[in-house]
Amino acid sequence: MLQEAVINIENLCKTYATKQGAFVPALKDINLSVDLNDFICIVGPSGCGKSTMLRIIAGLEQTSEGRVFYMGEEVKKTNREVGMVFQDYSLLPWQNVLDNIALGLVFAGMSRNESLQLAHKYLKLVGLEAFARAYPYELSGGMQQRAAIARALANDPRVLLMDEPFGALDAHTRILLQEELLRIWEQDRKTIMFVTHSVDEAIYLADRIIVMSAHPGQIKEVIDVTMPRPRDRANPLYGQMNARILGMLDR
Amino acid sequence: MGETPYLDGGEPLDVKRSGTQFGFMEPNQINFNGSRVKRFGAQLIWSLVIPAVFITVWYLIANHLQNPVVLPHVRDLVQLLIHPADNLISMGSLLNNIFVSLVRVLIGFILAVLIAVPAGIAMGYYDSVYRLFNGFLGMFRPIPPLAWVPLVLAWFGITSMATLLGVKQGQWYIYLNNLKLSMVFIIFIGAFYPVLTSSLYGVRNVRKVLLDSARVLGANEKDIFRLILLPAVSPSIVNGMRIGLGVAWMCLVSAEMLPGSLSGVGYLITHAYTVARTDIVIAGMVSIGVVGAVLDFLFRILEDKKFAWQRLSR
Ligand SMILES: Nc1ncnc2c1ncn2[C@@H]1O[C@H](COP(=O)(O)OP(=O)(O)OP(=O)(O)O)[C@@H](O)[C@H]1O
Ligand SMILES: [Mg+2]
Repeated sequence: MLQEAVINIENLCKTYATKQGAFVPALKDINLSVDLNDFICIVGPSGCGKSTMLRIIAGLEQTSEGRVFYMGEEVKKTNREVGMVFQDYSLLPWQNVLDNIALGLVFAGMSRNESLQLAHKYLKLVGLEAFARAYPYELSGGMQQRAAIARALANDPRVLLMDEPFGALDAHTRILLQEELLRIWEQDRKTIMFVTHSVDEAIYLADRIIVMSAHPGQIKEVIDVTMPRPRDRANPLYGQMNARILGMLDR
Repeated sequence: MGETPYLDGGEPLDVKRSGTQFGFMEPNQINFNGSRVKRFGAQLIWSLVIPAVFITVWYLIANHLQNPVVLPHVRDLVQLLIHPADNLISMGSLLNNIFVSLVRVLIGFILAVLIAVPAGIAMGYYDSVYRLFNGFLGMFRPIPPLAWVPLVLAWFGITSMATLLGVKQGQWYIYLNNLKLSMVFIIFIGAFYPVLTSSLYGVRNVRKVLLDSARVLGANEKDIFRLILLPAVSPSIVNGMRIGLGVAWMCLVSAEMLPGSLSGVGYLITHAYTVARTDIVIAGMVSIGVVGAVLDFLFRILEDKKFAWQRLSR
């Protein structure tokens, strides 16, 4: 195994057993190797197993067949070096935004004061400093999602698994956060796996785009994006790639 | 959740927070003007219409019948209620009997909570524990607490806490002798199931993504339990406790009808009935109603203060 592969997925299959006794194949024969500081985007139709794949890498779900490695060790359970931003709202509803962002730091045994100081830094980063004391129900969906991103970042994980994190954001905030995410990724040398339904977003962010197909979920194509950053959406290459990937998703 | 160091500007937020406290009121109540006070007064009067009609009808019928055994006069009842500390037909005062009942109910209720909450959480969290106990507990659930009376009497008779603790005389004997095991048991049964059920389903209904996100943030099992599961379940537990206390309080009369009981509101009612003092019967019923409503109200305040997030989320 190569030394620098942060995540290695070998022949991963995942089958869910439903209550009716049927078996749903969610993922089939996934092979993927993610290197240090890679920015991977995953696109694919709804239900093709994108969330399932991230959950397995995070250690929240077991594989049915095949193995997943993090830094050469098989993933058996969650690990605070592998953070995740969930597709659903995941803030604790009984804590204010600042306490929510400090949650991982509290688990790590950091003092309350210190953790809140640090949490405040990430709160600023996602532009929510005016809402430190607000409760999640007082925030819009997009604001909650930004707080969840801040919470994952505050834990300073090496790998960040992001499941449609920008789905609930307006176009302007979305572009701002895309730029911010790229900055953090370059600065802190993180490895990111990012699920999105927006092909445009995938091209803007990724080093590599994984295009998946459904029933069962399989990797259909892997596309390297070599355009230099920051990427210009007006670049004709951008549009061509967009059209090509959309074409793949169509079939 | 303790004191939060003051890190942010805070001002606009404070406004925001206080805004949400009234978020459940009707919009026109948020405006500050005289009509708000007027509205409140109008609502108060409106909610007193039915009680006023009720009392008037009572008054008229009682006057017409002139038979206090069937329906006592309103003023007799009022007399009893505004002098709750007076001694009644050698059974102690109303206040004293309410106090005795309250202590009994609280003891049975606290025992039920101490057992039902951990049991409910364990059954909700561990499938194996659920399967182990569910069938057994489900069999006893439909049995009304009152149906336990004969069995409970055969088991405990008039054994009291005093017997159990070996206290034979003195002030404590009087208190403890009032706490018959049979009585506590009936009240316990009444409170047990609501608390158990709501703890169990509280745990079941915790959103999985909250547990998952805590796990990926590095929480161990203890963190999950203490910082995620318990806070998430507590509204549901407190709700179950509120219902359980209500049921326990309702079991009171049946429990206090048990032999060996010489005090308590339930006893007061049954005894007053045998000496044809219907006014005392009704005064006892009114006290049960008022105390029950007050207990319920206290729990509601707690729920509103501590668990506003649950009402306001989603
Ligand atoms: N716990 C589960 N039990 C049974 N089937 C499941 C479970 N979780 C997911 N599945 C199935 O696995 C498949 C993949 O689901 P997954 O959530 O990974 O899709 P997705 O690619 O993330 O979709 P979307 O883009 O809509 O979020 C779906 O067909 C789904 O029905
Ligand atoms: Mg998904």
